[in-house]
Amino acid sequence: MDPITLWLPIVWAALIGTAVALYVILDGFDLGIGILFPFEPNESRRDTMMNSVAPFWDGNETWLVLGGGGLLVAFPLAYSVIMPGLYLPIIIMLLGLVFRGVAFEFRWAAKPKHELWDNAFAWGSIVATFMQGVVLGGFLQGIIVQNNAFAGGPLDWFVPFPLFTGLALIVGYALLASTWLIMKTEGSLADDARSWAKRLLVAVVVLMVIISLWTPLAFPRIADRWFVWPNILYLSPIPLLTAFMAVLCWYGLRTKREAMPFISTVGLFLLGYLGLVISNAPYLVPPSLTIWETAAVPESQIFTLIGVLIMLPIILGYTAFVYWTFRGKVREGEGYH
Amino acid sequence: MELDPVLLARIQFAFTVTFHIIFPSFTIGLAAFIATLLIRWRMTGREHLHRLARFWTKIFAVSFAMGVVSGVVMSYEFGTNWSHFSVAVGNVVGPLIGYEVLTAFFLEATFLGVMLFGWSRVPPSLHVLSAILVAIGTSLSAFWILAANSWMQTPAGHEIRDGIAYPVDWIAIIFNPSFPYRFAHMFTAAYLTTSLVVLAVGARYLVSGRFTEEAKTMLRMGLGMVAILTPLQMYIGDSSGLNTEKYQPEKIAAIEAHWDGSKPGDLVLFAIPNEAQERNDFAITIPDASSLLITHSWDGLFPGLKDFPRNDRPPVIPVFFAFRIMVGMGVLMLIIGWVGAWLWARRRLFTTKWYLEIAQYAWPLGFIAILSGWYTTEIGRQPWVAYGILRTVDAASPVAPSAVLTTLVLFLIVYLCVFAIGIYYINRLIDHGPTGAAAATPQALPSRPLSAAGEAAHEAMGGE
Repeated sequence: MDPITLWLPIVWAALIGTAVALYVILDGFDLGIGILFPFEPNESRRDTMMNSVAPFWDGNETWLVLGGGGLLVAFPLAYSVIMPGLYLPIIIMLLGLVFRGVAFEFRWAAKPKHELWDNAFAWGSIVATFMQGVVLGGFLQGIIVQNNAFAGGPLDWFVPFPLFTGLALIVGYALLASTWLIMKTEGSLADDARSWAKRLLVAVVVLMVIISLWTPLAFPRIADRWFVWPNILYLSPIPLLTAFMAVLCWYGLRTKREAMPFISTVGLFLLGYLGLVISNAPYLVPPSLTIWETAAVPESQIFTLIGVLIMLPIILGYTAFVYWTFRGKVREGEGYH
Repeated sequence: MELDPVLLARIQFAFTVTFHIIFPSFTIGLAAFIATLLIRWRMTGREHLHRLARFWTKIFAVSFAMGVVSGVVMSYEFGTNWSHFSVAVGNVVGPLIGYEVLTAFFLEATFLGVMLFGWSRVPPSLHVLSAILVAIGTSLSAFWILAANSWMQTPAGHEIRDGIAYPVDWIAIIFNPSFPYRFAHMFTAAYLTTSLVVLAVGARYLVSGRFTEEAKTMLRMGLGMVAILTPLQMYIGDSSGLNTEKYQPEKIAAIEAHWDGSKPGDLVLFAIPNEAQERNDFAITIPDASSLLITHSWDGLFPGLKDFPRNDRPPVIPVFFAFRIMVGMGVLMLIIGWVGAWLWARRRLFTTKWYLEIAQYAWPLGFIAILSGWYTTEIGRQPWVAYGILRTVDAASPVAPSAVLTTLVLFLIVYLCVFAIGIYYINRLIDHGPTGAAAATPQALPSRPLSAAGEAAHEAMGGE
């Protein structure tokens, strides 16, 4: 393989991997706000929770478009297998996102009869998150491929493992959101968020352990990646660092730190994500198609890569600018000034 | 009954894209309109321009959010429902979509936050700049989407190996033969659509005697655009038609319901095209006038539908009628624009009741024209999804028909409910109008991100 056809798919896989990781973190905390809604019946606190993410959700969701669009650009074959392969979870996820997206606006419009949009926000977020977890689990368990096309059934994902990862992601996003609230709010809401976060952190650690045991037991290819010498030595920092992040998060919660719980939760997510990448690389459609087998021709990858290299720093720059503009605490009933 | 998965997928795509296109075709022009209002306000300091900008920003927020959530759906449907399309032309179309996300989607989605909620958070000049950036983002978005769509109509700059398209020349791909015409046509259509809404809202307020100062500004700005852009749009449309005749003659034959290419074409004003018998029933025609329009000669010849094998012809009836609806809307726009301009020149625009009474109902014209124009060009491309490269029947995903039917029903329910409510809120917002208090008192400034729309809708719903 010449260097260009070897490296371009790697560069693209790294870029799309970064976009998806950014999406999971960024939309993770704002989807999590919706997941936490049922646990906070107080209206003005719900207002504050929503306000804490409202300036960002539009931009956050664009990373999902970049992830999907990037897959079409760089790996059209993978796109054409994964999307039909996980057809129902993806479409239902998108419909969940429709409900919660419009709820950001309609909820204020409907007041004082806004219960419908409270529910749309909560359930839209929960359904979208669950389906994202199902997509992850369905992707890990493998997609049936024949002649470079999806050849499975519409309900292949309706088995224990993807359903379990769906539930796990709901708990994970709820933890991200509650640590976000600790950082962005104050008073009784922040106290509530801290007590939610403690319980959620325990649940997340348990779920991560279960998934870390379940995947190598169920999928020998993943066991072969982790539990052979010398891989087990090189990869040992990942579980150790994960445990360290969990301890750090717990410590941050106990000592009432503002940002530490959120940052360490982001660390937990990124390490879990890295673990998934290590488990599956170089497969883009596990267990059958690699990044090289599904890559677009180099001409297409290079043409868009030029745009990415120019635009991505600019996008990251103005995204940071918007986060900076709306920095600081959101107070109950106060909004942003 | 056996379900046809391709038909279901087509209905689903047509339904979701129809809902989606309504919002961008409105917000492309609206972003530019708001930016113009803000720039004029900064230059003249006239308060009513500021009130107008804030008023339209609230409407923009609701429309834009609906455009975003329906647009995210579109970016995944290429894969979920049209996976063979992604494989066959993904090398060419994918990067164009990718550039749309990178240069446009992020820009508009991110600066929207500042545009909506930065009134008191950032300096005014930066706020105006955000509005301009959002307007640039929406226009760039149209540029790339039209490039991708035009390539599907008139592919160029590629080569086919084993049924898969590979890029050869990116400039030729982006600036494919129909792109300049179709981009100009769509871009002008978007500005016309917004101008008609602005004109209609201005007329609505004048009729009811409310917000007179704002209404006059809206009427002048909207009408000026409609009066100038409509004839321009007709010229662009005609050029686009001639381009289509050159590259997609079967589409023109279907539009004209022209069956026999060995004779000059009659201009069919009305008919029921009979595809089985290959003739027009109940036809009202102007003899040979179609040849005059297309070949610029009374006895010029252009291909008729019979010159193409049946399985290469687009469905004639929808293309034929959609085109006539679009042209009809254009004629109505021209009448409204020029009659208004004539009244304006005679200084009777704001006092001619009958004109204002009619003009207040002009707001849907642009939307109807855009939708029927898109139906003309998209159905006119059938049976191809990428003209000459890939047939629509070969593009669909290997998904079970029951799964496609399930999601189709879900889309129908969700979109009809959610978007009907959204459009209802927009109408109530317009009814409530640009209230003066909002601009004067700082505490009424939108304080919550994305709640500008909410607050506005709250006001519209009769709240305080």
